[in-house]
Amino acid sequence: MNAAVQGVLLGGGYALIACGLSLTFGVMRLVNLAHGDFAVCGAYLALVLAHWQHVPAWYTLPLLLPAAALAGAALHVTVLKRALRGGELSPVLVTFGLSVVIENLLLVYASADTRGLPGGAWSQASIALPGDVVVSWIRLTGLLTALVVLGGLQLLLARSAWGRRVRATADDPDTARLVGIRIRPLLAGVAAIAVATAALAGVFLGLISGFDPQSGGLILIFAFEAVVIGGIGSLWGTLIGGIALGLTQQLVGQWHAQYAVLAVHLLFLLVLAVRRWT
Amino acid sequence: MTLLRIEDLDVHYGDFQALSGVSLSVDHGGSLALVGANGAGKSTLLRTIAGAHPATGGRITLDGTGITTAPPHHRVRAGIALVPEGRRLFPSLTAEENIKVGGRAWPLDRVYDVFPLIARCRNRRAALLSGGEQQAVAIARALASGPRLLLLDEISLGLAPAVVDDLYDVLAVLRAEGTALVLVEQDLARARAAGDHLICLLEGRVVLATAAADAPLEKVISAYFGTSQ
Repeated sequence: MNAAVQGVLLGGGYALIACGLSLTFGVMRLVNLAHGDFAVCGAYLALVLAHWQHVPAWYTLPLLLPAAALAGAALHVTVLKRALRGGELSPVLVTFGLSVVIENLLLVYASADTRGLPGGAWSQASIALPGDVVVSWIRLTGLLTALVVLGGLQLLLARSAWGRRVRATADDPDTARLVGIRIRPLLAGVAAIAVATAALAGVFLGLISGFDPQSGGLILIFAFEAVVIGGIGSLWGTLIGGIALGLTQQLVGQWHAQYAVLAVHLLFLLVLAVRRWT
Repeated sequence: MTLLRIEDLDVHYGDFQALSGVSLSVDHGGSLALVGANGAGKSTLLRTIAGAHPATGGRITLDGTGITTAPPHHRVRAGIALVPEGRRLFPSLTAEENIKVGGRAWPLDRVYDVFPLIARCRNRRAALLSGGEQQAVAIARALASGPRLLLLDEISLGLAPAVVDDLYDVLAVLRAEGTALVLVEQDLARARAAGDHLICLLEGRVVLATAAADAPLEKVISAYFGTSQ
């Protein structure tokens, strides 16, 4: 029972990391191989701000999230926009290159040491529930944050005029242009949200476990698996995919810790195989 | 008074010249029917006016203002709306959402008054609509931006004649309200009936430009097939 609860909580974290990836792929058809590195950058920026102001990492979010959103929009305008014009392979190569550049810059300026974010006493607290179930506040907050972010994004996409324009552009960008939608600022907004959610996920990563300059690759793999399991471009599917990964990891880990991560990847391959046959 | 003026328009796809020296004009509230065989350049001409293809030569003006290099959203704001060939609705959006994406110049109540067909399927996804419903939504989406010039690309394609009659009735109402029309139509009789003027394109060139009412069918047909040259 405790493993299942921990699995759901862990899955919330995966879903939070994956939602930006799902958004950029669903809307922009952009396979962003630097998504995990954006999360790591968010964690490092939170670390710098928290140390500078001597505050828990939470307090940096009002500054960190707008900065990440701005960086996302700027990245779209300067790099991704051109990459998207270059065919299907071009964004993959460009974001792979970005990933390599970010990892190496972090190695140079932040060293290879594993870091953690200061979360204050609250981040260490947990609540004990009946049945030997222990829930960490920080993981619970991660799951709730994932629900709020995914729910908010879903609401934004389904109900707002901006969301309608985004969905129309995802369906058919050429026709979207012809009905008067300005694609560039729209996609810059999507990139801003994606990078901001990645940075938010990075802060949770830093509070829950450690991170180093090369953590981005592993984060990316889990995020991709959550997106693919849940159905590409579906935000609620991403949540389900994240929870499926978390549950698998925790339940298999309960049986044999060594096979926990392997089981996650096998689940991903199984979903791919089943989708191919059905 | 002239609303749309096109002078010596050239359009290329790579090395291939799709339009060559096309000139035409449409008055405020006027209508122009474009006819021609497949590949004559009709859709290219509409898409170039809407901003989907860049002109490689010539000049396009709307109400005296040059729009030759303006991006599509500027042209929509200036009053041009395109109903593209094949409808090109956004399949994951509902009928009503498709119309809302087009703009807010037409209140939804008015849209449903003009197209009662859409009122019945407003919450259905566009991908699930019938051909007639899709075409009505495509026209309504274009009207939602409040155009002064409506470009219609083969709206009768694949539809039952009764549905097409209904759509042309709507176009007649729009014209009466002052909206200018440029329509591509394969049905020559309908093209002659709907347009004040008629232009026949052949291999990207204007081979016949005439008042629609004065155009003998034989003359249009020979221009259409290039037998008059």
